[in-house]
Order: sequence, then structure tokens, then C-alpha cells
Amino acid sequence: MSQKKNRNVGIAGIGMTEISSHKENQNQPEMINEAVRAALADAGIALRDIDCVIHGNMELFEMVHQPDMWHVIGTGALEKPSFRITTGGTTGMTLIAAADNLVASGMYDIVMAIGFNKLQEAGSTTGGITNMADALWYRHLQTGALTSTSANVTIEEIGEERARRAAMKYRIMMDKHACLNERAHRRLGLEYDQIENLMKNSPPLIGELRLIHMCSQSDGACAMILASEEKAKKISKKPVWIRDHIAIHREETASNAYFPILSENSHRVAARKLFARNGITNPIEYFDVFEMYDPSAWWGIEWLRDFLLLDGDQVIKMVEDGEFDLDGKLPVNPSGGVTASNPISATAMLKPAEVALQMRGDAGRHQLKREVKHGLASGFGGVMWTELMILEKDLDWQGDNNG
Amino acid sequence: MKTVTNEISKACSVIPGKMALPNQYFAGRVGSRFIISLRDSKKILGVKCPKCKTVYVPPMECCQKDMTKIDENWVELGDTGVLVNYTVVNYRDAHLPRKTPYILGMIQMDGAEATLVHLVEGVDPQNVKIGMRVKVVFAGKTTNTILDIDHFEPIEE
Repeated sequence: MSQKKNRNVGIAGIGMTEISSHKENQNQPEMINEAVRAALADAGIALRDIDCVIHGNMELFEMVHQPDMWHVIGTGALEKPSFRITTGGTTGMTLIAAADNLVASGMYDIVMAIGFNKLQEAGSTTGGITNMADALWYRHLQTGALTSTSANVTIEEIGEERARRAAMKYRIMMDKHACLNERAHRRLGLEYDQIENLMKNSPPLIGELRLIHMCSQSDGACAMILASEEKAKKISKKPVWIRDHIAIHREETASNAYFPILSENSHRVAARKLFARNGITNPIEYFDVFEMYDPSAWWGIEWLRDFLLLDGDQVIKMVEDGEFDLDGKLPVNPSGGVTASNPISATAMLKPAEVALQMRGDAGRHQLKREVKHGLASGFGGVMWTELMILEKDLDWQGDNNG
Repeated sequence: MKTVTNEISKACSVIPGKMALPNQYFAGRVGSRFIISLRDSKKILGVKCPKCKTVYVPPMECCQKDMTKIDENWVELGDTGVLVNYTVVNYRDAHLPRKTPYILGMIQMDGAEATLVHLVEGVDPQNVKIGMRVKVVFAGKTTNTILDIDHFEPIEE
């Protein structure tokens, strides 16, 4: 059942802007151009070498329509095949999945994928999400992307105090990682002795979700160049390989958490299927790093359980024991994750980008000490859909133990 | 908005909607310099590609042809140009900037290659001609947009 590919595909170039709260000095195509130039420089190729450009952002957020066309001046897609992908929160990783498919199919040898958002221009992302929700059922009730459902579920399972502590510990761990990442947006300098204080005093948003738990609104762009095995080896000294990826779509509302018509959420379905078809029985043992799309600390602790196929309070125990730290059993989000940096449609692309930089040894101050050979990256979009991707440092997975 | 009243629609609800989303636009360094010069000095600036010599107005960061960075190479243009094409807007809609009919022109400023889209007034839609010489009429009040040029009008020659 493993995904059959005509040929292997490698990441040959990565470029990203610094992620920040606002970028008045650049308009949208100018910001994108910065990431494009960085990716081309990283790959050591020129724009003429790119066969196809794919471009994506959240619909409505920049209030400019058809950005793939307006932005040609920044993307460099002039007279090249180019199209736009917009799948909500997953956009960044859907772009990489699509680029992988385009190259693997033999359609193009070298594809550049660009994800961006300038959320400071959006003004009201929550307004945008709510305004676009189904007019009959949700438009008058939805609270944007803010929810306390994960928190409620976790609290019900393991109790208030332990759940709140674990979520805040996770949040502070993410900040500690972000503080080492010079591109991260929010680097707050939190310490673990602030857990009690933040649990009580961070401004409440919805239910158990407090401001400190929630992701930022950021401006930024990421561009990645994917190439066929032959071209990737020629272009890049350190190509990183995209082994497999899966997309699981659901229309899952809050009610499903309490009345589970479907017994697993989209993350767990994605993980179960992807690992099974790749012969991975113990993801915690197998992977050296996991870059997870974690829009809030509460989602972070709940979703780790789903992605890693854990049960009960196993994941809480791992958070408590520091197993997801940079030197833990499975380092999670060395980049600092989404609570630190969230230029939405670049966000899910920053996940495989970060895994690839870790594999190459180019991550910078937050480079993991261990060798990173096997990496996992996830993307998320509301109302609950998942992109999950396996990346490999070496082209050696097509051996005996993988199907 | 029209309400449909056939038999099927009587049983089917239609929910009217209206989006009101605040937003802002970051003009960036290049766009800002153009607008600030237009607003404060009534001067129209372009950028010239040092490689292919194309002059862009409105200015942009890169040459469209090969993405050469051109944003440091500013040139000052006059307030005259040629109407290289036009169209007459006849339909009415709340979002349009003028009462119809009005002329929407494509103007090549003297010294520039790229063209600027703007309103042309002071000439009857029946008499407007490609190739007409036109000049800028600046707006009395600034809006910090391209409408700091109120419109173009024919030069009496």
C-alpha cells in the first residue's frame, strides 16, 4: 500500500524571511521575493532553472485577490507554469505535497513552492475566518480559530491541575526553542518557574485557552525548491528527501470531541495510515525530530498524542519528563513552533523546511545535537484536516523494512 | 438583492450576507516613496532598469523582464504623457469612482515605457482619441493613494 512514485524528490533549496509582527518596508510581492531570492541562492540556481512555480496563501487574509497573478513580479513565475493553492492552515504543506507530486510524476524536474501571509495587513483574521464560515450553521457562532475544546478534553481526562501545568510547560518549552531561533517571531524569554503565574494571570480568551497559549499573527514568507533525484543531487550538496506524505480531510466540529461519531481525529488517521504504509511501528523511536503545526499549547499536547499514536496520559508524562526538549527522546519543534511564529500559509511550509535544515545541519543556534536522519512534519487546517510528511536524510528507506 | 419566489424556493431559506473586514495595505519602501513624493511634492517618480533601461511608473522593486533589482534607480518624470489606449465606462455600480459615463485611460508618461491606468476628464467620451497628449491634474485633498492624481486631462495644443 505504500505510495508509489515514479522517482524520488529532494528538497534542493530553502529560503525564508525573518518572521515578524509587521513588515511595512515591503509590500507582498517584495516580501515573497526576499524568500525566493534566498531559496535560489541556497540552491545555487537561477530563476531560469525553475520549471514551475506554485504559490499559496489563506484566502481573503491580505484582501488582495488572485495573489498568484499580482505577485508574479515577486515570485518570478513570469511566463512559467504557475498556479495557486489555498487549503487554509495546511496551505504551506499542501504546496510542498503538490510540488513533490509534480516532480515525482515527471511533469517537471524543478518546482518552486512559495507560501506567505502578511497577517498584519489582514487586520482581522478571526473576522475573516468567521465571515467565511457556513452561513446557516456557523457564521453567527464561530469564534475564529480560537477554541477550548482540546483543553476541555484533556482536563476531563487527567484533571485540571495536571492538564493546565502540562499545557503551560509545553508553551514555555516552545518559547525556549524559539529563543534560540533567530528567525522566530515571538521570543519571550519565559522560564518554567512562571508556570503558576501564567496559569492564573495570562488573559483568558475562550474557556481554558489563554493568550499565552495561542499562536501569534505573523508576517513572513517561505520558498522551497524541490527537484528530481537526479537534479537534486546535481544542484544541492545536501538534498533532503521527501519520503511520503498524506492528507486527511474531515469536517469535524467541536461536537465530535464529546460525541465521537468518528473515533479518531484526522491527525491520528493520518499518522496511522502513513506509518503503516511505510513500515514504521514506533514513531517515537524512529523519528529524530517532529515539527508539528501547533496553533496553541493545548492543541500541542493533545495532538502529539494523536500523531505519535499514544494512549491515555503517556503524552502528558512525556511532556512532564522533558522528552520533547531539544535533547529529549523526540525533539518537537526546535524552531519554536507555531505559538512563536505563524505567517499562516508559510507556517506549514516552515515545518518541512525546519526538518530539512536540521538534517542538513544548517538550523543555526537551535540545531539539534543528535544526527537527524528521519523527520516528521505536520500541517493543520480548521475544521480539522491534516497534512503529514516524512522526510529522510538518506535515500535508504526503500530497503527491506519498508513497504 | 432579488428574492427568488418560485415553488422550490419557498421551502428553501436564503440567508443574506455582508462582509465587513477591516484591513490595511503595506505599500513597502518603493510604493511609499512614490506616494509620498506625489503627495508632498506633486512629483511623479519612476524607476529605471539599469540593464534594459525600461522606466517603470508606477515604480517596482524588480524589472519585470528578468527580476533585476531596480529600486535604487529613481528618475523624476514630468506631469505629461500620451494616452496610449482608453475605454469608456458605462455601467453603474456603487464601487466606481465617478458617475458614468467616464473615461478610463492608459497613460504613458513622457520618459517612461510602462503605462499608468487613470481617469481622463475634460474631454467628451465621443471625442477622446488614442495618441492625445494629456497632463496630470493633482487632487486637492490627499488620500495617500494613486487618487492623489485626481485625473488626466488633454493638453490644449
